[in-house]
Amino acid sequence: MAPAGPRFGDAIFANVERVNAELFTLTYGAIVRQLLTDLEEVEEVNKQLDQMGYNIGIRLIDEFLAKSNVSRCVDFKETAEMIAKVGFKMFLGVSASVTNWDADGTCCGIVLEDNPLVDFVELPDTCQGLYYCNILSGVIRGALEMVSMKTEITWVRDMLRGDDAFELQVKLLKQVPEEYPYKDDE
Amino acid sequence: MMATTACFIIVSRNDIPIYEAEVGSAAKREDAAQLHQFILHAALDIVQDLAWTTSAMFLKAIDRFNDLVVSVYVTAGHTRLMLLHDSRNDDGIKSFFQEVHELYIKTLLNPIYLPGSRITSSHFDTKVRALARKYL
Repeated sequence: MAPAGPRFGDAIFANVERVNAELFTLTYGAIVRQLLTDLEEVEEVNKQLDQMGYNIGIRLIDEFLAKSNVSRCVDFKETAEMIAKVGFKMFLGVSASVTNWDADGTCCGIVLEDNPLVDFVELPDTCQGLYYCNILSGVIRGALEMVSMKTEITWVRDMLRGDDAFELQVKLLKQVPEEYPYKDDE
Repeated sequence: MMATTACFIIVSRNDIPIYEAEVGSAAKREDAAQLHQFILHAALDIVQDLAWTTSAMFLKAIDRFNDLVVSVYVTAGHTRLMLLHDSRNDDGIKSFFQEVHELYIKTLLNPIYLPGSRITSSHFDTKVRALARKYL
């Protein structure tokens, strides 16, 4: 198996089907716009985006594992690297970097310098509480949950709020042991 | 060589002003600003007639009031960028319109902006004023 790393993500990205970036950006924009109209409350929109991302994530992880052919990650550090270098590259066309590890290796930051979701976007005063890319945090949460990791994901930096990059803080809450639906004697 | 008087407005296709700026170097006077808006609004009828007679977007000096001239740039979506000016710098005005048009398109592409609503972005405002300083 090829070693995990930026080139590895590139190789898969070269072989997946792609859509026009503007079409993608504007489609996502239209979804957010519609949610803002329907739900009215910015907080509700954040929640809804996260939920939509979760629903995508629990499906996407299978696609990811099938296409990338990666083997089991030995620890959470490798998992984070895999998301940043392979996952983001494969589905979003950009790679992220992993920083800010805490001492016991359960919490890190995934930094996105470039984010195709936010081209053209400028938040007006009425939407200041909006996490425009909240779908991404949902995707990661959903995907990791399917591989037995309960995580909590929060935005710590957001370019739409004037920061210099996007940063997601990924915190590993617990590893859920794999459960079997039936007991042996049933 | 900035123009002493210049008033710039953007009028949506539904004839609603969505952006206004006094960009001249002359001291601001409220009655002057109102006069400028009056002249520009009066010119809208002429724009309507002229816009369909030509394929050009830039319509220069379509109306005048004393020493003030109205130039207009009509986008494909029939949004009108209108400038009231007392300078005769046609090339500068054309470049100004073209660059503001680009800015306007960027604003339109912002999914959160509703087409035809007021442009409240301070970023847009700053950029327009900078362009006015550069070209007018």
